[in-house]
Amino acid sequence: MDFGLSKDQQMLRDAVARCLADTCPLDHVRECAERDNPLSDKVLRAVQDLGIPGMLVPEEHGGLGMTLLDAAIVAEQLAYAVAPVPFLASHVLAPITLSEAGSEEQKAHWLPKIASGEARIGVAISETIEVRDGAGVSSAAGKLNGTALFAIDFEGADAFIVADSGGRLHLVGAKASGLKAIALTTIDRTRCVGELRFDGAEAEPLADDRGATVARLRAAGRVILAADSLGAGQAMIEKAVDYAGQREQFGRLIGSFQAVKHMCAEMAARHEPCRSLVWYAAHAFDAVPKEASLVACHAKSHTGEVHRFVARTSTEVHGGMGFTDLIGLHYWFKRIGFDRQVLGGPETVRAEAAALQGWIKAA
Amino acid sequence: MDLEYGPDYDVFRKQVRAFIEAHSHLAPPSSDRAARPSSKAVEWQKLLIEHGYTARTIPQEYGGFGAEPDILQSRIIAGEFARARVSGGLSNQGISMFVPTLLELGTEEQKLRWIEPTLKGDVVWCQGYSEPGAGSDLANLKTRAHIENGEFVVNGQKIWTSTAKHADMIFCLVRTEPDAPKHGGISYLIFSMDTPGIEVRPLKTMTGHAEFNEVFFTDVRVPLDQIVGQRGQGWFVANATLGHERGMLGDPDALENRLQALIALMQEEHLGQGRAIDNPVLRDRLVALQAEVAAMKYNGMRILSNSLRGEPGGMAKLIVKLQSCELAHQISALAIDAIGELGILYHNSPREREGGAWQWNYMFQLGLIIGGGTAQIQKNIIAERGLEMPREPKLAKISDAAKATADMPRHKQGSA
Repeated sequence: MDFGLSKDQQMLRDAVARCLADTCPLDHVRECAERDNPLSDKVLRAVQDLGIPGMLVPEEHGGLGMTLLDAAIVAEQLAYAVAPVPFLASHVLAPITLSEAGSEEQKAHWLPKIASGEARIGVAISETIEVRDGAGVSSAAGKLNGTALFAIDFEGADAFIVADSGGRLHLVGAKASGLKAIALTTIDRTRCVGELRFDGAEAEPLADDRGATVARLRAAGRVILAADSLGAGQAMIEKAVDYAGQREQFGRLIGSFQAVKHMCAEMAARHEPCRSLVWYAAHAFDAVPKEASLVACHAKSHTGEVHRFVARTSTEVHGGMGFTDLIGLHYWFKRIGFDRQVLGGPETVRAEAAALQGWIKAA
Repeated sequence: MDLEYGPDYDVFRKQVRAFIEAHSHLAPPSSDRAARPSSKAVEWQKLLIEHGYTARTIPQEYGGFGAEPDILQSRIIAGEFARARVSGGLSNQGISMFVPTLLELGTEEQKLRWIEPTLKGDVVWCQGYSEPGAGSDLANLKTRAHIENGEFVVNGQKIWTSTAKHADMIFCLVRTEPDAPKHGGISYLIFSMDTPGIEVRPLKTMTGHAEFNEVFFTDVRVPLDQIVGQRGQGWFVANATLGHERGMLGDPDALENRLQALIALMQEEHLGQGRAIDNPVLRDRLVALQAEVAAMKYNGMRILSNSLRGEPGGMAKLIVKLQSCELAHQISALAIDAIGELGILYHNSPREREGGAWQWNYMFQLGLIIGGGTAQIQKNIIAERGLEMPREPKLAKISDAAKATADMPRHKQGSA
């Protein structure tokens, strides 16, 4: 019995943290955020040197064959450093999709390239959760029509994995004719999403398994977003505590005022159990598949709520400075905002959790 | 991450389950901590000790089962009894707080005399710590004991003394060295509740019941050897047990059971057209609480693993009392909302649900948020010990400032 990270996982966490502390200081994040394409080649190269793109690629395809918990550890550190690099779709959801639903040929073609960092694949499954603005993709005779919103890791993707309205998955090249890709600008300048408009675009089908793989992707995606939220929340709590330990007003450190101290304690008290919940949800994805979808919903919705509270409270502890661009606290605030909404906000995800337990009668 | 306990423990778990299945008909209904244990509860306790399912690690010479401490076995026992909703034995302050204190700091004679009858429910204890002027600031306690003719003579008042009405004995903090510094002048005395000069008055709370008492001492004479630790060491002795109380208030099995009861309630009760759980707003709140209970469950597993590795519980442990009490309270709040207007029924009313237990819990759990270290004290501890935030400035400075502003005019509500 050992609930926690293994020695290897602790080493992984520390290695990623050190790498990002060296390559991804806030000034660099700021520089990147001001460009049209905010992704950082420098940080991406450093992350590739650690083997992160191949974490979830099976060993026989040149990857490391690691687990979702390992990926969650990395996600937490990426968020802690607000690192402007692709991860969720390109390094987690795409390798999972191809491993679990790809043909041998698709695996052989894509997985080694993902592992080496040579190719990146974005993922668009939002319409299987919630349809906005009439979006939705239909497929017939190997062609896609319609619109997919919120394709994750959009910028620089060589191909996209797209769910159609029946929950079937398709693989479409980024340059396929009949595909118009439009970048969407979000609050979070450290990650890229986009809109895919299909007009008879040619696509390869992935295994048609009646939505089973899409359900796996929703679970994995939610765990990784929850882990991201955890890392961003951790950074915001540490920053609030540091600031309150330096800033003086009325001749005292503001951290000695109970009003401020209790704000920090409340953040820590709500945040700390999230860590265990995220670890368990990530573990369940590989080890306890029958619980995976439900506990992923819990992790996603609960961290969404807790870290919204942490994001606003940490900002308040910083007083006026928290509200400015000067100290850059807003990069974490916005990262948490992104994590909360993408792949379903808390209410949507809780409704799914209720349905998974048979608490919602079929309409 | 390895959530398996291993084959030996799986065998142990099966034994515990088999015991519960074979014997649960002998168990008393859920224990009422404020009452003297029934004869059924006492018999059950003795059976559990015999099989090592309570008092497991307490040495046999003191009436326990005498097993080597094994955190996982203890966890399995607690988990299985909670899962089966069968009483895991007596849980009163004598057992949860006084016995561990004696084991750590009592003399051999005290251990031999008190532990066994306490474990078996033959001697019931109450705890005399809080006073009207010493709540969060417990070390401010004023109940004093001076020495006269070779005896302590105790005078003063205690409050929040659960079980005092039924207790045979009290373990009690008193000031024996009035001139010593605040924390250094306290002693931990134990004496019979039959001693002349003790008056117990029930303390009726907002629940309508008297779960607590006030206890008044007038010239209560206590032999000098009825002390745990040395004179003036009572604060240290008491702190050995406060940790046990805080641990007790954050039991993840209890939260899980309350949640399961809430789910069952929301599936059974109808509200308007459908069941309570069919109402999307109520259902959303239920799932949110379910996620929080899950988080606390895994947080508990993390703490358990930390202790198996001999590591401190850290922040994961510091937050347990604050979060668990709040969560338990919210579970009760949702239960009341889920039954709508029926939620107000109480005092054995017609149409009351579950004997008014949800309302009682909702009120009593507010007491638990306040008791055993208030939520605000918990936040101070989390901030100062967990986050290493700066402490409050010295009290002297604050009281100087208070004097300086004492004569300033005040705004009163209603004044123009």
